[in-house]
Amino acid sequence: MSKHEDGIHRHIITALVENQPGVLARVIGLISGRGYNIESLNVGPTQDPTISRLTMQVPGDDRVLEQVTKQLVKLIDVVKVTDLTQEAFLNRECILVKVAASRENRSEIIELAGVFGGTIVSVQAEALVIQIVGEQDHVGDFMELMKPFRILDVSRSGVIAMAKE
Amino acid sequence: MRTGAQCTIDALADAGVKTVFGLPGGTVLDLFARLYHAPFEFILVRHEQGAAHMADGYARATGRPGCCIVTSGPGATNAVTGLATANMDGIPMVCISGQVASHMIGNDAFQEADTVGITRAVTKHNYLVKNVDDIPRIIAEAFEICQSGRPGPVLVDIPKDIQQKKTEATFSGPAERRGYKPRYEGAPEQIAALAKAINAARKPVILAGAGVIHANAAPELLALVEKTQIPVTTTLLGLGGFPDTHPLALRMPGMHGSVAANNAISECDLLVSIGARFDDRVTGKVSHFAPHAIKAHIDIDPSAISKSIRADIPVVGHAKPILQALLPLVEPVDRKAWLAHVAEWQTKQPFDYDRNTPELLAQYVIEQVSEVTRGEAIIATDVGQHQMWTAQFCKFVRPRSFVSSGGLGTMGFGLPAAIGAQLGCRDRKVVAIVGDGSIQMNFQELVVAVEHDLPIVVVILNNGYLGMVRQWQEMFYKSEYSAVRLAQDGRAANERMAPKRPEYRPDFVKLAEAHGAIGMRLTQKQEVATALRTALSSKKPVVIECIVKPDENVYPMVPPGASLTEMIHKLV
Ligand SMILES: Cc1ncc(C[n+]2csc(CCOP(=O)(O)OP(=O)(O)O)c2C)c(N)n1
Repeated sequence: MSKHEDGIHRHIITALVENQPGVLARVIGLISGRGYNIESLNVGPTQDPTISRLTMQVPGDDRVLEQVTKQLVKLIDVVKVTDLTQEAFLNRECILVKVAASRENRSEIIELAGVFGGTIVSVQAEALVIQIVGEQDHVGDFMELMKPFRILDVSRSGVIAMAKE
Repeated sequence: MRTGAQCTIDALADAGVKTVFGLPGGTVLDLFARLYHAPFEFILVRHEQGAAHMADGYARATGRPGCCIVTSGPGATNAVTGLATANMDGIPMVCISGQVASHMIGNDAFQEADTVGITRAVTKHNYLVKNVDDIPRIIAEAFEICQSGRPGPVLVDIPKDIQQKKTEATFSGPAERRGYKPRYEGAPEQIAALAKAINAARKPVILAGAGVIHANAAPELLALVEKTQIPVTTTLLGLGGFPDTHPLALRMPGMHGSVAANNAISECDLLVSIGARFDDRVTGKVSHFAPHAIKAHIDIDPSAISKSIRADIPVVGHAKPILQALLPLVEPVDRKAWLAHVAEWQTKQPFDYDRNTPELLAQYVIEQVSEVTRGEAIIATDVGQHQMWTAQFCKFVRPRSFVSSGGLGTMGFGLPAAIGAQLGCRDRKVVAIVGDGSIQMNFQELVVAVEHDLPIVVVILNNGYLGMVRQWQEMFYKSEYSAVRLAQDGRAANERMAPKRPEYRPDFVKLAEAHGAIGMRLTQKQEVATALRTALSSKKPVVIECIVKPDENVYPMVPPGASLTEMIHKLV
């Protein structure tokens, strides 16, 4: 479990689900219908074409998580559920962030992006669009640093994750 | 080559279906064309909610899955309440719905509704069939899923064109899903831990729920109790899982539970829940529930464990094999002091009402039903005061005898469920105990009982009120009776109708007769037993309307949010 500055516990859950229409609706319906929250949800194919992987970030204490996990397992189309935050895991998130950039501070922003391993994907007269890929904390730290420059827009992929072992 | 419609009918027959409930429409014409030649009985209902409740009542009474067929759009939406009712109580049933042709889906076609979308949250699982080849497999799966694990309703939505398409496909099983492996045997170390806790407990109580009935584990429970002498409280849906006539039966716990059950839970040092899910109507204030007890929880549904009450000893699995494994590990322990304590509650404060009043009380009628049928009948109820009084004053001695909507609390359930139960159990007496409010929600289904010569007895307890709501308004809303008066007099100013008609409408006796049933009206205590005997020996459905005292309350009552020890016994 990771605890962020805002003091909220977050769990990262991955679920292997049948690659069938309606499965996503089932998962989302369950989560919202039972009053849980999800902060991000990511769906993608796996090596097995009949199975997709869902990765979701769920705020809440261990008790909430226990219920979310058990309820997910109960869905017939859900094959396996893992709470990655119970074990060693890797996580990545990708963001695109558009920052207001004047002639004076442009180079400072570019330099900071470089320190974070980011890429400048678009240069405009008054703004820069930067891509950052990395651990969630890393991405979050970069966002913090950009705040004083004025963030015009941001698009986050949501976290994806994988157990280390 | 078979059509999708033929595959569907064949798959139902293969699943062992003997009775199907339903009502046709445009998108199921092909299904009904094949149904015409089906090897099982079909019961034409008058409203699809009735079909779903009949399938549900059939399943509760027999233990076999119920089955219904409805058309798309309004047919399916009418069935939704029935699906939700079955889903809450874990009742096995399969509902087949028609859907508009595949290429029309999403076009707001005539009688199109997103049935799988609408029913997703009220079914255990559902399917939209996209390929005719899948029908045999999907229906086999639907029957497997609905009965296994924690049972529940499964809906299969079949577009019209898929019913018409032809296929060579067959399915010979097994109907397995990689994401679905219910666990039946309990973990041996958990069972051992439970046995140890039982042997060490000085003040144990068993809380028996519907899981005992679903698992056919009543004999195992009785054996456990005989050996250990642990008192048993039975939840609303667990009634019949342990005989109410047994000296160790504490009866129902919770909001309208017995003093013995609620006190025993509050004082026990070990609470063993067997297939009960700690509904909020059972626990009262969660933080004060069984405060001194180690809590053991046997349940087939892992998500039921530690959902509201943290389990110290969780045992996931089916009650039957778990109790079988537990029995040899437990020892008879001398707990005289505890049992004496419990017996005192039982004898000093049993469920009670004013037996001496000359007025006709609903509780009296219900007690008479129990006495006349000697616990042998299947009793179905609607929802309200009469339902709670049935739990209090009917003694259930065997499983699958009490048919009632517990989790969803669906008014209008009783009559169709009784019809379903009678169709499943032709040799048993079936009585529906209903309120004058609830019965009006599905009265039309009485015709079905008449058409099929089902000798059900419908006892309408007419108190002229939506009684349970009236009780809450009396107790918690300053006796301002808002929209609960069913008779025409004594209503709130903004509910009064002109011209004032003091008579009660409808006339239930005439209504019964108009449907082809026998109707009777009782107003006197001394008429009740005879009328019941006459009705029970009739070969036709009988409706007995009892004009009962209007303002009785169900006691004891644990106010919402209070702890089980804060029982109200009478308003002062
Ligand atoms: C479909 C539905 N609508 C509303 C309710 C809320 N409700 C619970 S009990 C009750 C009154 C039932 O009245 P009646 O059937 O006459 O039974 P009584 O309580 O008088 O015995 C109502 C309206 C419900 N349970 N179900």
